[in-house]
Amino acid sequence: MNFLSAISVGLKEIWANKFRSMLTMLGIVLGVGSLVAQSALVKGLENGMKEALIAIGGLEKVYITPQAIPTWQQHRKDQAVGNTMNDIYALQRSAPLVHLVTPEMQTREVTVTRAGKAFNPWHFVGTWPAALELNQHVVEHGRMFNAVDDEEARSVCVIGTGTRDALFGSPEEIGREIIPVGEYVNINNQRFRIIGMFEHYESEMDRKAREQALERGPEPGQSGPTRKRGRTSGRGAFEWKNNTVYIPLKTMWLKFRAGAVGGGTGTGTTAGSSTTASVSASAGIDTAPDPRLSTVYFKVIDLDQMNNALQQVKNVLTHTHNGIEDFAFNTQENWSENITTAIRNARLSGGIIAAISLLVGGVGIMNIMLASITERVREIGIRKAIGATFLDVFVQILVESVVIAVIGGLAGLLASKGLVELLSLVSPTGNTPVMTVDAMLLAFGFSVCVGILAGIIPAFKAARLNPIQALRYE
Amino acid sequence: MALVELRNVSKIYHLGGEEIRALDDISLDIDGGEFISIIGPSGSGKSTLMHILGCLDSPSKGTIRLDDTMIEKASQRELARIRNQKIGFVFQFFNLLPKLSVLQNVELPMVYSGVSSRERRDRALEALKLVELENRAKHRPMQLSGGQQQRTAIARALVNSPKIVFADEPTGNLDSHTGEAILQLFYKLSQEGRTIALVTHDPEIAAVTPRRIEIRDGKIARNVDAKLAGAGSTPKFSVPTQN
Repeated sequence: MNFLSAISVGLKEIWANKFRSMLTMLGIVLGVGSLVAQSALVKGLENGMKEALIAIGGLEKVYITPQAIPTWQQHRKDQAVGNTMNDIYALQRSAPLVHLVTPEMQTREVTVTRAGKAFNPWHFVGTWPAALELNQHVVEHGRMFNAVDDEEARSVCVIGTGTRDALFGSPEEIGREIIPVGEYVNINNQRFRIIGMFEHYESEMDRKAREQALERGPEPGQSGPTRKRGRTSGRGAFEWKNNTVYIPLKTMWLKFRAGAVGGGTGTGTTAGSSTTASVSASAGIDTAPDPRLSTVYFKVIDLDQMNNALQQVKNVLTHTHNGIEDFAFNTQENWSENITTAIRNARLSGGIIAAISLLVGGVGIMNIMLASITERVREIGIRKAIGATFLDVFVQILVESVVIAVIGGLAGLLASKGLVELLSLVSPTGNTPVMTVDAMLLAFGFSVCVGILAGIIPAFKAARLNPIQALRYE
Repeated sequence: MALVELRNVSKIYHLGGEEIRALDDISLDIDGGEFISIIGPSGSGKSTLMHILGCLDSPSKGTIRLDDTMIEKASQRELARIRNQKIGFVFQFFNLLPKLSVLQNVELPMVYSGVSSRERRDRALEALKLVELENRAKHRPMQLSGGQQQRTAIARALVNSPKIVFADEPTGNLDSHTGEAILQLFYKLSQEGRTIALVTHDPEIAAVTPRRIEIRDGKIARNVDAKLAGAGSTPKFSVPTQN
């Protein structure tokens, strides 16, 4: 008996017991459906978590912050130079494993004012135009400052939409979008012209929520003081990008670092870990402009070469820093690992539940196959009497079980599509579930395995029947 | 050399410490082309004998040679192949598969011997022609009369051209008229040179065959061969032959 005829016999048997077979398949349909659907949900979740990581520049972005001089080098602290432009030029020349080397000078406690409104930008930095690519910024209106603006230390700035909202009003408040390109603002009482504005950054969930709010229209009857509900985690990266003010590096150096503004020139870092701020940075004795950079940014060209690239950068910087290790590397690896861990946990817990439901489906198949061979003892006896071997009967029953599982699995894939769409309907602001081919193949393969496992015991029992007793069976 | 040779065959069951000898030291030869009946009351061991002869069961003691193959040493797989190729069975309750058509039922033994589907169809139709059922090929067994069902079963038994056909009470479930027709069919088949063994409890049916082996308490009580006894070998049918 060949395999194809075994399949056709199996299909006939299933067709002969349509209702029973359908109920049996339902277990597999639900198992496969939930496995694929949960995997799609987790994939959507993962994409949601990763978009923030990508928004801040991706895993390739590395930044160097000052670090307290190690104890064993304390005696040489006079020779410590900190991060300077020398580092930038040296890295550009001698570190081919990295690119987009960008200096950044940051000043805290800066107030931007305009027409009675004041705003403290979260991120006020002087940098190079390359910061645009490094930090995944997109200038939607106007332009980014260029090398000439930097060279001439022009008082120009590029702002994010959050800054715009604070100084000019947000589109939600005044019903139209203000594009403040060409307007003037005062930054610590110095006049700056806005030459560009970034696009509005938001996560997928926020975008969906905003679009939904737009469809609903404005909520009526809201008066009195507004109520801010606080920030939610994960959104920070986007808000941080929106509440940015960029000015040319040289402008920053001349207008905010010159004459030692004292205290305000701390070498704070972007992610708020200002504990590494060098003690010697706020000396305030020097009257010359402080040449130190807050941060040196670069991107690793090849992520697989991360360690080599960091070693290369370290070699270069050890040279420019007179051998003093007053710098530290910061990567996004932890963030990425956290995402990986969270996703793995979600996948594991969801996967186990779906796998259990698939196993329950398998038990259903086994149950029905056992009932089926009990009904067909006589048939099996006849088949054996006229020459079916152990293997013939075994394969026949096994194929029947697998055919049920395969049909159930295919139906389950269709069901998962419906399930995913249902879930999107139920929570429209959630991350869009993404059905992957991998998950579908895995679930389908798993259902076939379940079919085989569920068929083995009934097939063995059927194949082992003694033909004489089977023929006598009533 | 005989087609089937039984030497000192015993089948012993143990029931609750008690030893039951279903077959007790039986030796028997069946030649190719013989038409024999194995007769005995119920519980005599005739069914056990048929099962052992038909390779459905193996003996506790003794040797069996079927067409130069030693059966008692064969594995389950080899026994299945021998049943498929060398033996045809006809049962009292027809034992057709109700979900398959008449043609598919007759094709079934060839499915297990790996015959191509086209040849299966041709040979099955030929076998159905032999039992005059070629116009019922598409019917289900349940749509046929008992006699037609038994003829389908005979076609199935013959389709792989077996060395020997065993018929276990083939008329037991039919009215006497139809039963006669089936016996005539067996007689005709034996005249064409096939080896047929009828198993029955009914001496009247056994009277059709030239050779009768009577089993009692697991032993051969009588072994009557009409040819050797010199009696007429043409059986007497109570119903006139139709053709």
